[in-house]
Order: sequence, then structure tokens, then C-alpha cells
Amino acid sequence: MRIPCPHCGMRGSEEFSYRGAAGPPPPAADAPAASWHDHVYLRDNPFGPHRELWHHRYGCRRWLVVTRDTRTHDIAGAVDASAWQPPA
Amino acid sequence: MSYSFLRIVREALRGDRGWRPAWRDPAPKPHYDVVVVGGGGHGLATGYYLATEHGLANVAVLEKSWIGSGNAGRNTTIIRSNYLLAGNEPFYEHSMKLWEGLERDLNFNTMVSQRGVLNLFHSDAGRDAAARRGNAMRLHGVDAALLDEAAVRAMLPWLDFDGARFPITGGLLQRRGGTARHDAVVWGYARAADRRGVDIVQNCEVTGIRIAGGRVQGVETTRGFIGAAKVGLACAGNSSRVAALAGLRLPIESHVLQAFVSEAVKPLIDTVLTFGAGHFYISQSDKGGLVFGGDIDGYNSYAQRGNLPIVEDVAEACMALLPLAGRLRVLRSWGGIMDMSMDGSPIIDRTPVAGLYLNAGWCYGGFKATPASGWCFAHTIAHDAPHRLNAAMRLDRFASGALIDERGAGAQPNLH
Ligand SMILES: Cc1cc2nc3c(=O)[nH]c(=O)nc-3n(C[C@H](O)[C@H](O)[C@H](O)COP(=O)(O)OP(=O)(O)OC[C@H]3O[C@@H](n4cnc5c(N)ncnc54)[C@H](O)[C@@H]3O)c2cc1C
Ligand SMILES: [Zn+2]
Repeated sequence: MRIPCPHCGMRGSEEFSYRGAAGPPPPAADAPAASWHDHVYLRDNPFGPHRELWHHRYGCRRWLVVTRDTRTHDIAGAVDASAWQPPA
Repeated sequence: MSYSFLRIVREALRGDRGWRPAWRDPAPKPHYDVVVVGGGGHGLATGYYLATEHGLANVAVLEKSWIGSGNAGRNTTIIRSNYLLAGNEPFYEHSMKLWEGLERDLNFNTMVSQRGVLNLFHSDAGRDAAARRGNAMRLHGVDAALLDEAAVRAMLPWLDFDGARFPITGGLLQRRGGTARHDAVVWGYARAADRRGVDIVQNCEVTGIRIAGGRVQGVETTRGFIGAAKVGLACAGNSSRVAALAGLRLPIESHVLQAFVSEAVKPLIDTVLTFGAGHFYISQSDKGGLVFGGDIDGYNSYAQRGNLPIVEDVAEACMALLPLAGRLRVLRSWGGIMDMSMDGSPIIDRTPVAGLYLNAGWCYGGFKATPASGWCFAHTIAHDAPHRLNAAMRLDRFASGALIDERGAGAQPNLH
């Protein structure tokens, strides 16, 4: 599996570490415990396209949002996480 | 038709024409008392114990493909009960006890082999952790022996004991641990459940869960609607997808785990061996192949195949432990999709939908759990309440804070 880093180009996935789904930002600090539970523990875990956070640890050390199909591992694209907006 | 030595002789003398299929191939009935979704080890064991322990015979196990096509037929077959935490250990020990009587129970040769599981350590800190785990096991009445370096050398003289980086300083041995034949476990439970009247329906994918007034009514399948008073989900790897049919969002990610087998060699490893300085485990099958594996690939996947970085990682750990393996060729490798839960421990519980039960989140270790998982899930379904042994394996523990986190790694599955 290779990831097209917007800064470094096409690189092997072993240069990256995986965080998990790129989701909405965490709830407010004083949000109810139930919102924090959902944010920390529950996952959509989709069968198909997945937007996810990868850190280019042995490269530019930037966080990326990668769109990858969990059925095939096909990667549709990757952008710098700072340039990404979670869908509303 | 019972299996026995006498029977083999009799059939051999009659040209082996008397054997019959080991289970029926029934069409689904319109309604069952209990429908179990998923024909892996756990679903089939659940069907078996519903019939034998709770007298329920109007039961179906629905499998989208053929039984054992998921993780049950893909794992490295290690069985053990060497857990640290009180929420886990009595459950896994119950499983070990069921393994010990399984062949008589099922009248099927599941090839349970108590060849021991030896977890190596390589440092003083590793020894302390092993001693703590061993003590926790013994407090639960489970066998554990702390071996020093000399004792490990006597068992496995060809390991790399003096490597500068990870010298082997001892190991924690559970002698009652070992392996079992994964396919035979599936077939044994299927045949035994079928003989007690449980319908095993293959090529029947559940595509919907019908709910009315907060109570489950049955399941939509590729073979039509099947009514059920109770529905139990045992869909390892696909739990999120199936639970979503009932509107549930689970504390689970699906991940791929790879496994490997080498060409066959003469008897070399007569136990199950794990590396203490990385994630690596190895045993030898009765055919002679070395069966081994390591970490999950570490990203969400439903692809049932992994990537090369883990192959390299596993090979490096293998070479660090047993350099002689470098001369062997790998024959096959494959992947399976597992539910990784957010604390690394499983869930056997009721759900917010009345009559709907969940068995999920088995991570790396669900094969060894197969007997107890089916046993406890059957109890939970039959009594609409968990058994003492799975009482901690609750779905709501992530909200209540009563996690069962053996690794202490938090909600990050690729660290479990
Ligand atoms: C490579 C690998 C190595 C492993 N090694 C070990 C080990 O050494 N020791 C150990 O203890 N554990 C091990 N495990 C874990 C263990 O295999 C699993 O935790 C366990 O098999 C899961 O339970 P199961 O047997 O019921 O799962 P499965 O066999 O996966 O059963 C689930 C079934 O549900 C079916 N299903 C899914 N969706 C639907 C639907 N919608 N409708 C109908 N049916 C459906 C699937 O087709 C599947 O057959 C390993 C796993 C892998 C992948
Ligand atoms: Zn980069």
C-alpha cells in the first residue's frame, strides 16, 4: 500500500503511522459525558470509503487525511490535515 | 451416527460407503425461538449450547457463506487461559476446561493438543510482568510456571538466547495451553448442534433486522424473512455492519490480521512459543509446517488480505527469536478480518433492542474463547441476563468506565 503524500509524493505505507477515522473535532470540554463517550469509543467502521488520519512519521511529519476504501485498500487521495474540513 | 474406532473399521470393511453428511442442509423455517447470525465457531457453539444446556432446539444458525469461512478457519489455533484481569481470566479458564472435554462432548476429533504456551521475556521488567501475570493466574486457580533461562534452554535449545538486543532470560509457561484444529472445531460444533435439532443454514446473509416497538421480530435474509423471538449476533469482523442493521453503533473497528505457514519440517517446536520483545507467536502443525503470526496491519480493513510491512515485521521477529527459520520457505499467508474493540476485550451482552444480543469484539484472541463464548452467549440469550463469567464483558462498559484493558493502551486498536 502506498500513500500519495501531498508534500513528499508517493511513499510506502510503512513510513506512516495510522491514527484512525478522521472525524469531527472533539466535543466541548463541558459537553455531556455521553458526547465524549461517543467521540472516544464509538466508530462508524464503514465498509467502503473511509477518511482517516495518517502521520507521515518518517517523512515530512505532517498529519494527512487519506481517503481509502476498506474493502480494497484503494487510496483515492490524501490531503494535509490542516486543509481538510470534516463534512458538516 | 456416532464416530468411533469401531465405526471406522466397520466402514472400511464395507468400502466406506456408509458415511453420511455430518449435518443436514435445511431450508430456513419461517420462525425460530432463537436465530444466531454468523456460522463461525462462536455462532455454532452458541447453537450447540442453546440446545444442550438450555433445552432450546428450535434454533437456527445463519451463515452468509459456508461455515468456518471467516476467522474460525483462518486463525493460528492457539488456546490458552493466561489473562491478567479478573474480568477475563475466569471466562478463559472456563473455555480451557471446555476444551479439555470437548472431543468427548462433541464426539468429534478437534485435535486439542495441550502442548503448552510459553511466553518468553528478555529483561528484568519482562520477568516482573510475567511473574505478576502468573500470580494472577494462580490466584484464579490456573496453572502457571515461571521458568528461568536454564529451564527454557532445556526445552528449546536452538533459540537465540544470547542476542545482544533481546537475550532470553526466561518465560512464563502455561502447560495446559496449546492448540486445536480450527476447522474441526467448526465441524464438530456444527455436527453436534445439528444432531440436537439446530438448523445450520448456509449461503444465507442477514441483510436487515426487523424491530417493532423496541423488540426484535426477526431478520431479513437473502433467503427471505425469518421470524425469531430472539436474535444473537456472532459476526466477528463484521459486527459493526450487522449491528448497524439494528441502528447500533459499536465501540469496534475492523482490522486485518495476517498469518503464515512454512514448508513442513521434522518435529522442531513442541509447544506454542511467543516472543517477549515484539508481537510474534509460533507453533508447529501436525503436518510439520511452522504456523506463525504477529501484529494486525493496523488500519481499518475488510479486505481479508494484508500488506508487506507486516510480513517484514513478522519475519524480523521470527529471525530475532529463531535464526534457523531463515532457511525455511513460507508456503502460504492469508488474512482475516477481526473486530478490534476499544479496550481489547470482547462483548457478550444484551443490547438496547429487546431480544437482540451481541457477541463481538474478539480481537486477536477469539479462537481460544470459542467454547466459553458459545456457552456464555447461550446463557445470556436463554436467560436474558449474562452469566457470572461474562458479566464484565458489557456493551456499556465504555460509558460506565469499567473497561477490561489488559494492555492499558486505551481506545486505539492498533496498540492492543
Ligand atoms: C490470522 C488470524 C489468526 C488468529 N489467531 C488466533 C489464535 O491463535 N488464537 C485465538 O484465540 N484467536 C485467534 N484469532 C482470532 C479468532 O480467529 C477470532 O476471534 C474468532 O474466530 C472469531 O469468532 P468466530 O469463529 O465466530 O468468527 P468467524 O469465523 O469470523 O465467524 C463469523 C461469521 O459471521 C458470518 N457473517 C458475517 N456477516 C454476516 C451476515 N450479515 N449474515 C450472516 N452471516 C454473516 C461470516 O461469514 C463468518 O463466517 C485469529 C484471527 C486471525 C484472523
Ligand atoms: Zn510527507
